[in-house]
Amino acid sequence: MNSLVFRLTLPILFGYLPLGMAFGVLFTTQLGYAWWAAPLMGVVIYAGAGQILAVSLLAASAGLLEVFIAMFVLNARHLFYGLSLLGQFRRAGWRKLYLIFGLTDETYSLLTSRPRSQDTLKELDIDFRITAFNQVYWVIGCILGALLGRNVAFDSTGIEFALVALFIVLTIEQLKALGDAFPVWVGAAAAGVAMIILPPAHQLIGAIAIVTAVLLLQYRNLRAKPAAEGHSHV
Amino acid sequence: MSDTVYLTAFIAVAAAATFATRIIPFLFFERYTEHPLVKHLGRFLPAAVMALLATVFLQRSADWNAVLPGFDAILAGVLVVIVHLWRRNALLSIAAGTATYMVIRQSGLLESGIIG
Repeated sequence: MNSLVFRLTLPILFGYLPLGMAFGVLFTTQLGYAWWAAPLMGVVIYAGAGQILAVSLLAASAGLLEVFIAMFVLNARHLFYGLSLLGQFRRAGWRKLYLIFGLTDETYSLLTSRPRSQDTLKELDIDFRITAFNQVYWVIGCILGALLGRNVAFDSTGIEFALVALFIVLTIEQLKALGDAFPVWVGAAAAGVAMIILPPAHQLIGAIAIVTAVLLLQYRNLRAKPAAEGHSHV
Repeated sequence: MSDTVYLTAFIAVAAAATFATRIIPFLFFERYTEHPLVKHLGRFLPAAVMALLATVFLQRSADWNAVLPGFDAILAGVLVVIVHLWRRNALLSIAAGTATYMVIRQSGLLESGIIG
């Protein structure tokens, strides 16, 4: 069964090793903390973009409330992953908590797209192993990157741009999946407004508040126009 | 707060926030999966948040006092978009943009001004 799981997760291995290494290199070259804190974050936090954002929050010695809000909002998309797996995980028993903990973007896409047999318990066991294999790849990447960043002397000035590049890539992927540029413009405009009217420490939270408000207004407007959606009152 | 205490607290808070986003649907949302507001936010919020983060961090990585203000980050950012639309390989796009930005920053290409 493990060789089946390995084959299923091979593409994730090729994604997680280099991305985990990028995080590890960033962590040890940008910050003065012990190298093993990088893989420790891979074990207890386990979030790609989240951990890379965490490096810049650590570098800025961000307040813990800001850390919580920034990490929560960055990972808020996971709220909606869980919604589609409520049924699938219902009978998972002791495995359920770890399945939920390990629900990264990549694991989610694998668990929801692979073919499943009628044997629910066997399939849940495979889900569990997939989740564990993926996290192992991620932590190995974090270790390799942290050791590389600590031991290989090179000028790492500018390597923090990896975070910006990652967010640009994720924006394009979201845009392609959605086929609607409206939320992308709202996000960019909200960031612009927040950067003009707020000091740097409050810009992220401010922009997130603006985005949420605009999406709620858009929702209300869509509801108010029954013509657009047929009979929409629930 | 000492460095170790801060790092420990930071990791605990970051882990709690991340885990919260993954477990909340299983704790509270079971009744609301079909609610149209939940569906609406689920559709649009992720794209808006990503665009917001890209914009804020792009602006922060740019040098606005250079001869060509902001060009270091804007050039690298545009390259990420082009490479990603061309090959659609996330790691390739990230590596290309980051390497370009590092070269610009380390060589001082746009600061000292070939032009100015």
